Amino acid sequence: MTAKNSPKERRIILKHADDPNYSNRLGCYLREGGYEMLSKALKMKPEEIGAEVLKSGVRGRGGAGFPAGMKWKFLDRKSGKPIYLICNADESEPGTFKDRQIMYKDPHQLIEGMMIAAYAIQAKQAFIYIRAEFFEGARILERAIAEAKEKGFCGEKILGSDYSCDLVVHRGAGAYICGEETGLIESLEGKRPNPRIKPPFFPAVLGLYQCPTIVNNVETLCNVKHILEMGGDEFAKIGKPNNTGTRIWCVSGQVKKPGYYEFECGALTLGEMIFDVCGGLLPGRSLKAVIPGGSSAKILRADERFVGKHKDGTDFDWGIEDVPLDFDGPMAAGSMSGSGGIIVMDDTVDIVEAMANINAFYAHESCGQCTPCREGCLWMKKITTRMCDGDAREEDPEMLLSIANQIEGRTICAFGEAAAWPTQSFVTKFRDEFVKKAKHSKRSKNSLQLI
Amino acid sequence: MISKGKTDQVTINLDGQDVEVPAGMNLVDAVALHGKEIPHYCYHPQLSVAGNCRMCLIEMGTPMRDRGTGEAILEEDGSPKIGWVPKPVIGCGTNVSPGMHVKTESEMVTGCREGIMEFLLVNHPLDCPICDQAGECRLQEFATDYGRGYSRYKERKNVKPKRTRLGPRVTLDDERCILCSRCIRFSQEVAKDDVLGFVDRGSFSTLTCFPGKELANNYSLNTVDICPVGALTSTDFRFKMRVWFLKETLSICPESSAGCNTLVSSREGEIHRIAPRRNDAVNDSWMTDSGRALYKQVKSDDRLKTPLVDREESTMEDALHSTVNALQGKSVGVVGSCNSTVEEQYLLNRLAKEAKAKKYLRGHFGEDDGILLSADRTPNLRGALITGLASSYPTEHLSSLAQALKKDRLETLIVVGEDLIDSKVDAELLSGVQIIYLGTHENATSNLARVVIPTLTSFEKSGSFVNRGFFLQGFQQAVPGPAGLLPDVSVLARLINELTGEGESSSDIDSIWKDMARSSTSPLKGLSFSDCKKDGIQLDGSKWADLAFVEKKALHYQPNAKPKDG
Ligand SMILES: Cc1cc2nc3c(=O)[nH]c(=O)nc-3n(C[C@H](O)[C@H](O)[C@H](O)COP(=O)(O)O)c2cc1C
Ligand code: SF4
Ligand code: SF4
Ligand code: SF4
Ligand code: FES
Repeated sequence: MTAKNSPKERRIILKHADDPNYSNRLGCYLREGGYEMLSKALKMKPEEIGAEVLKSGVRGRGGAGFPAGMKWKFLDRKSGKPIYLICNADESEPGTFKDRQIMYKDPHQLIEGMMIAAYAIQAKQAFIYIRAEFFEGARILERAIAEAKEKGFCGEKILGSDYSCDLVVHRGAGAYICGEETGLIESLEGKRPNPRIKPPFFPAVLGLYQCPTIVNNVETLCNVKHILEMGGDEFAKIGKPNNTGTRIWCVSGQVKKPGYYEFECGALTLGEMIFDVCGGLLPGRSLKAVIPGGSSAKILRADERFVGKHKDGTDFDWGIEDVPLDFDGPMAAGSMSGSGGIIVMDDTVDIVEAMANINAFYAHESCGQCTPCREGCLWMKKITTRMCDGDAREEDPEMLLSIANQIEGRTICAFGEAAAWPTQSFVTKFRDEFVKKAKHSKRSKNSLQLI
Repeated sequence: MISKGKTDQVTINLDGQDVEVPAGMNLVDAVALHGKEIPHYCYHPQLSVAGNCRMCLIEMGTPMRDRGTGEAILEEDGSPKIGWVPKPVIGCGTNVSPGMHVKTESEMVTGCREGIMEFLLVNHPLDCPICDQAGECRLQEFATDYGRGYSRYKERKNVKPKRTRLGPRVTLDDERCILCSRCIRFSQEVAKDDVLGFVDRGSFSTLTCFPGKELANNYSLNTVDICPVGALTSTDFRFKMRVWFLKETLSICPESSAGCNTLVSSREGEIHRIAPRRNDAVNDSWMTDSGRALYKQVKSDDRLKTPLVDREESTMEDALHSTVNALQGKSVGVVGSCNSTVEEQYLLNRLAKEAKAKKYLRGHFGEDDGILLSADRTPNLRGALITGLASSYPTEHLSSLAQALKKDRLETLIVVGEDLIDSKVDAELLSGVQIIYLGTHENATSNLARVVIPTLTSFEKSGSFVNRGFFLQGFQQAVPGPAGLLPDVSVLARLINELTGEGESSSDIDSIWKDMARSSTSPLKGLSFSDCKKDGIQLDGSKWADLAFVEKKALHYQPNAKPKDG
């Protein structure tokens, strides 16, 4: 599996990120034409910008892939309540490290994107909710906002227009669930990040302080700037229909060159990503499995076939290396592109241990509000930990599956699915390994460091 | 013709059957109207919806509409096409809407309930044999319905704090807590004392008081009532009694004019606890902690148990006889009480008439907490107005009585329950006056009395009170009174009969009601005791709209807009 011609990155969002002559300071950003789009936006009608974003077809980069333009349209404008814009910079999905590149290396791009978006939705106030562990990121953003404010790019009467919108950085509360948009909103309000029930608390209607609120991911908001620059129609030509624009993929695991790579949607396959872009596996290893969209996405087994029909009626029959990297590809393969975190596992990976690691994460991160997720996650963790601790039992795989099935679809927020899908897919696709664990049980108690 | 009530009804399809329910009603409550139960833990009709326990998952669908035209999409047979939500939805987070379809008995729904029950039990200590909640525990009940009967859980259970003191009256067992957040929401939304919260996360989430705070407000015990499990327990009631031994009696709290509906639980004539009883027009599901403690007066040391004549123990017959003697031909005053029942006030008023007595009425007042402890610290001031016992608003101090005594005009005073000294009537003024004291507890006045006739507390008799909102509410005898004592109405009826020489006055409550209901001008016209036994009756209090009632705006109570002064 070697590539004839390695696919080429197309960097839009990360265009300047790794340029040695580029810094995260305002001067540098302005030199590259920064904030011109904001100036252009302020001369447009807000709804015209919304229309461009809708036309662009840009889908959310935070995980669910919901079209941003559509989300903005759901905004309740009749209530007369103030509208808020929140940038979700909590980036805590295991395997994901793209938003951080943007914020650390090109913060003004995010600020410009946000101010355009804020103007488009007529937000009264904008927030960047940043993951607690990004100390440096928060500092960079704060400095960048101060710089932008000084030049009138945000704050009072932006660029001399009648539009004012303040932008503040809010440091997160150090929990994965702070990334779930309604948990985030609760946290921003100063409370425990317990996700809210939907209905009735759809952020676009009853969001921050019960006011209409738009929550978008960092990468999504950056795209807004480029949509304005190219126009929605032009943007929609990047990538594929329903999968427009570029995506930043974060590759981790046992490849030679892990890292983040920005490609047009659908411009390459999973195989090309692993074997060409990332330089292939470590010497002597073979591919075992890939999680294509952050730890919450269902795992793909290296020797699986993915067979089905596209929306347009055409058939597909893929091996793992054929799965196109866009929104719909991993979805068609029964998983999802999620946050773009591609986790590669080679034959040295003990699947049960990987499962134990993931389960430990979800058990630790469940907010604990709703029964299935709260109890189910810890139960699954206890089982997989025990399995790795030398006490695996034959009935464990069935038990795990049954627990996961009792979580999925019954929780307040999508964390339930995020926690159930790994278990469901690991156990069904690697049942042999779980069974083997039971047969060869009796390992030393200390064999487990990570969990 | 659609009457007004009808327009507020909508038709939903409940498990295949069309039923009428009030528009917009919470689905959990709506199906209950049709004899079905959606099991639930975190939902409470009088608190905000949290939707966290997930026990109430059901299947729900609504009639589909065409996105463009908004027109209903129909099935081939012309019936509306139902768009079923692909996942189960929480009943408690669903309000009924026209044409909604609901399945509460499907395989999916049962599967959900079984799953939730299993999850709730995996880390639960299941120490029912030593748990106060046993017998009235929702977890036990639904475990019977939806439990597996055996455990698939082979791991270690979580360990959490036991016996945590949350405040002076509430003890918490965190291991039993199912994290439904009812107690937290109650504290925030009803008691307005935000002191409870969860710490830690996931399955290690633990209920606790905020640092430096305690659950000490006067409504803290309501958290114990609404806790669906045995996590929150009353420190007073803990380990004292198995609930299935308790007899429950419908009662009304006598603490203040709020008139909270209560359930008095007793066993073998002894009261063990008082808990609120739901009445959405009066007290929702709440009552004060202080009101719950009132039953302790039943057995207090200063309780009067034997009739006294000239400070000597006597028989009831002698005491009644001495009373009649002290009344006949004398100039008499009657001091009535707002703690008496409507029936007692009515008879006392008649007695006063027969004895040609002057009437005095004392009020008791305190701070209004704006919830269920009202500034009028008696249960039945309005009863005194309605029965004619009082013609003006009662006062704390009986200055007009003191005036009358100064002018030396009263030879005999019948005092019901009140302490004259405490109402600023000088003891000196009382010398030479024959005091007939009818009351439950000793006080300075009973100590001065010529005749003491012990009476019964509201727990030991039946009767009715009229609360601050002019709700007439009946209550039942919960426990027997001390041996040999008569209900107050019997004492009063006897005295009336002795004075008139006619045996016509009956102490039977229903007969008293027949008399009271006869008056064409009384708000009680046409009513009977059985009418007010369960939910209470809204009386017309407009006659007294101009009185300056002391109560402030509170739960289900709105003071008259502008009481005229005087
Ligand atoms: C458990 C959970 C964690 C999430 N974490 C993040 C996150 O860290 N960053 C993010 O952008 N979105 C996260 N999301 C998705 C958000 O809820 C939300 O959909 C997203 O921020 C919307 O932005 P987008 O439409 O631009 O993608 C998470 C969702 C769930 C259920
Ligand atoms: S699914 Fe999990 S994380 Fe989401 S609200 Fe429920 S307990 Fe919290
Ligand atoms: S809370 Fe209920 S189930 Fe739990 S120990 Fe008490 S009685 Fe048993
Ligand atoms: S203590 Fe009781 S009421 Fe409070 S959260 Fe726990 S189970 Fe619910
Ligand atoms: S009762 Fe509906 S979720 Fe708890």
